[in-house]
Formats: sequence, C-alpha cells, structure tokens
Amino acid sequence: MVSAEITPGRRAAVIAVLAVLVLALAVGSLGIGAVRLTPVTVIDALFGGGSDVQQVIVQEIRLPRAILGVAIGAILGLSGAALQGLLRNPLASPSLFGAPQSAAFGAVLIIALGLADVRSWALPVAAIVAAFASVFVLLSVAGRGAGLLLLILAGLAISSLAGAATALVMNLSSNPFAALEIAFWLLGSLEDRSFRHVVLALPFIAAGAALLMSQRHAFRALSLGEETAQSLGVDVGRLRLVVIVGVALGVGGAVAVTGTIGFIGLVAPHLMRPLIGHDPARLLVPSALSGAALLLAADIAVRLIPSTTDIKVGVLTSVIGVPFFLYLIVRERRSLGGSVA
Amino acid sequence: MSEAAYLTATMLNVALAGRPVLQDISLSLSRRHLVALVGPNGAGKTTLLRALAGLLPSDGAIEVGGEALSALSLRERALRFAYLPQGHLVHWPLPARDIVALGRYPHGATDPARLSPKDEAAVARAMQATDVVTLAGRRVTELSGGERSRVALARVLAVEAPVLLADEPTASLDPRYQIEVMKNLRDAADGGMLVIVVTHDLGLAARFADTVLVLSGGRLAAQGAPAAALSDQTMAEVFRVSAYRADYQRETLIVPWAEI
Repeated sequence: MVSAEITPGRRAAVIAVLAVLVLALAVGSLGIGAVRLTPVTVIDALFGGGSDVQQVIVQEIRLPRAILGVAIGAILGLSGAALQGLLRNPLASPSLFGAPQSAAFGAVLIIALGLADVRSWALPVAAIVAAFASVFVLLSVAGRGAGLLLLILAGLAISSLAGAATALVMNLSSNPFAALEIAFWLLGSLEDRSFRHVVLALPFIAAGAALLMSQRHAFRALSLGEETAQSLGVDVGRLRLVVIVGVALGVGGAVAVTGTIGFIGLVAPHLMRPLIGHDPARLLVPSALSGAALLLAADIAVRLIPSTTDIKVGVLTSVIGVPFFLYLIVRERRSLGGSVA
Repeated sequence: MSEAAYLTATMLNVALAGRPVLQDISLSLSRRHLVALVGPNGAGKTTLLRALAGLLPSDGAIEVGGEALSALSLRERALRFAYLPQGHLVHWPLPARDIVALGRYPHGATDPARLSPKDEAAVARAMQATDVVTLAGRRVTELSGGERSRVALARVLAVEAPVLLADEPTASLDPRYQIEVMKNLRDAADGGMLVIVVTHDLGLAARFADTVLVLSGGRLAAQGAPAAALSDQTMAEVFRVSAYRADYQRETLIVPWAEI
C-alpha cells in the first residue's frame, strides 16, 4: 500500500529546487556563446561591473535571450499543464493541437504581406488571433468532454492546415530570400533577440499566465468531470473560454518573437507528476518552472553543440520532445487501447 | 406530509436534442425525506435529477427553499444541491481525502491543503459517516469499486447541502455495500436533508425510502409512500413485472417476481 500523500513541504522543496535550477541555467545562458564568461563575471557584468564589452555582451546581447528563454519556457509549460487540466488528459499540449503552428501562420502572413517588420505589434496580435482561432476550432470540432482520439485527430487536422497555409504563403512569396528567411524563422530560435522582442512578447505572456493561473482551482474540481464540476459551482463554459484565451495569448506572444518551439508543454508537466502528484492545480507552477529550465537548457545546448551552422532551439526541442511523446504513448498504451482499464 | 415543501417543480418539461425527455413533471418534496426515483431504463430519471439541480435547461418552474432556481447563481445552486453522478469518475489519481474536500468547493474552500476548521470538520464528519477515514491518503484510482463509491458519497455528504441528489449510488456494489450506502443516505435524510436517490433496486427503494417517485416515459406514473407508489398496478404497467410483497421486521418488502 503506497501512500499517495505528497506533503506540502515536499512540494515547496521541489519548487525551490526548480527555481534555483532556472536561476543557475539563466546565469549559464548569460555566460555561454562566442565569448565564454564565468558565472562570476556574468553576475559582475550584469550589475555594471567588468569591461564595457562584457557589459554589452551580458546586458544587451544575452540578457534578452535569457529572459525570453525563461518567459517562453514557462508559458509553454504552464499552457501544457493547463490544457492537460482542462481536458483531463496527460497527452494534451499546445503543439499537438496546432496552436503554435497556427500562431506561426498568423505571424508569417503578416511578415509576407509586408505589413510589418518583425518588431511591430501586428506580429504578436496576428499570432495570438491565429492561436486563439486554432484552439477554439479544435474544442468546437471535438465537442464537449471530447475523448482523446477526437482531440488528436482534430489537432492533427488543424496543425496540418496551419502548416499548409504557411507553405502556401511561402510558395506565393515573390522573393525567394524572404521565403528562406521565413523558413528559418519558423524553426524557432532565441538567437539575436533584443529588448524590443522582450517588450513585444512579455505583456502577452504575462497576461496569458495570469489568466491560466486564475483558473487553477477549477482544474482540480474538473478532475471529477465537467458535470460534477458544474454542480460544485464551476462555470465550465467560461473556464474553457478563459483557458483558450490564456493559451492563445501565451503561445501567440511566444511564437511571435521566437517562431515555433514545440513539445515543452507536453514534457514539462510529465516530469513534474512523479514529484508533485497529479493534482492539476498544483502542477501549474512547477510545470512553468520546469518548462523554463528545459528551454534554457536547450538554448544552452544549441550553443554548445559543435556545428558549422546554427542549430535552432525549436528543432532541438522537437528532436527530444517527439521521442518523449512516443515513450508516453507506449506508457499510456493500456489506457489508450480503448478499454477502460 | 406535514412539513413544508423544500423543493418543488411545477410543470417541468425537458427536451434533449429536440426530443421531449420529461413531460409535465410536478412534485413537491420536503427535507428529512429520502425519496427514491425509480423507473425503467430510459424513463428520464437521470435527466430529472440533472434538471432539478439546474445542470440542464428546463421549461417550467423549480423552487428550492422558496427561491426560484433560475434566479440562483451557479455557486448558490452548488450550495443547495450536492450532486453525485453515476460512475464516480475521477480523472486523476488524487488522494481520497482531496476528493472528499472538493465537496467544500462551493463553500469557497477551493484548496484542499488550506481548509478552514469548519471545512475540515465537515470533511472529517463525512469521511467518518462513510467509513473512509483510513483511505484518506490512498489514491482513488487504486481503490476497489466499493471503496471508491464510499469516497464519492463522502464528497457529496461533505457539501452539507440541504438537498442531496444521488444517481444510482448502489450500482455495481455488493449487497453489504448497497445496504451501507442506503443507510448513509437514510442517516443524511434523518439529519435534515432532502435526499433523492435514483435506483433500479425496488427492494432497496421500498425498504429505505419515505417516498417513491415512479417515472415512465418521461412522466410521473406514481408517487407516494413505497407500498402505494409501487402498487401491483404500477408494477404491471410501468415495469411489466409482478411483485412479491411481505413485511419483514416491520419494513416493506417488495421483490419483482416474474415478467408479465
């Protein structure tokens, strides 16, 4: 008889360790690149010490990158945990449902139409609108209390459509260099991001995170199913809408400045369940922290892997995330087999 | 029935996907009563339970405690009705005690780790009544069917709402647990609640309930004390069975006997 009791003390300890890990990775991220800096130099330069060159490298080149890594990793982990809570399914995630792909289409459309350079507000707004549309369509098509099969199929259709629409935009692009630029942008990267990008993305990410966090207790009530949650006073229709808007704001804002970075939303909550337990409300903050840690680690890794061309961080997260997804499928195979085991 | 009615429905009609499921249901039920809602499959029992709790849109008037149900917010409804659905579904392997604590959600206790002493006491009372105190730290997904149904029952008892609606709480339980669950519900009614329980077990209904409502084809075919509501005529017309009747230890015994 294994007790399922995971004490509040243990949860607090896990969160504290994760926070320290994120901080350490952020410092590491500030130190790694063409010019390697020690953590001590990094912290010194961050607070105005060291040489001018070191200050510029840390404060202006690498700090925006690290901030975006934390914020975007966190919102992706949080969105994954929130979607899993809403749908009561451990395989739910924004990237499986086509949200980042749709957001990317919105952004690419704006870029290709020449309506804006990559630093204007039009970009995140278009990405958010497209992400919102994709999750809204997904939940409408799959219907209330949708089963996993319907959600996955609808998600597949939506991400395929978004991919096709993006390809069409690139196809129609008159300038082959523009198409190439879009293609690289789509791969997802935190490289060469400035504070302008941080300002562009952060408000939307913060708003999305606040919306998702505000619903945390409703996710717990939803563990008993939609009807019972409603009988406990949860407005399930409103909850769905808030989660869709929250995920769209967060993922749309993130995609607008970095392109698509997949699978962090799927992986982060899974890593946390053995440590934190299955309570969907308690998973949100640890998932956000582990998402931030994952993205920072991946972004450090792409700078460490020796290669002639830059490896994009979105490529790396997918290369690691997809096998993890396969592993999850194998692990959940019994319950996915159809029978209520 | 001397006591004032707490829950009344007047000319209640419910249609699902355009098809009428409940027609012209009128009833008037008081607290301290255990009401059994019986009827053949597809008669509309679950639909009636949901409509009474305000979980389904319905035509007609429902009043609870003198207030129109339609005028109450979701939270106000949740404080008046504790609803136990069929199946006792739980999607995540949460500890049993956290499930029971969700019963306090309508009272504003949304975090099981931070219950007020009042909420804590309600949870403890409910867990004692259903004898699940020893299961508190166990994951509900690891419990047996009987244990899980008792945890689910503890959750609705913990709401301490004036009305408790239970949809087939004895389904798929062995005889001992069936009796235990009905006794819990009987105690809840004696403690001042109005308990409405859907069941296919006419024997349990006759023995434990004060009032039996017989639904047939979306209409109320009979209502009243068990022996009267489950008359030979009702048994024949609604359930198409004959019944064996007896008194045992001063309680009514009705056993469906043969198909007609």
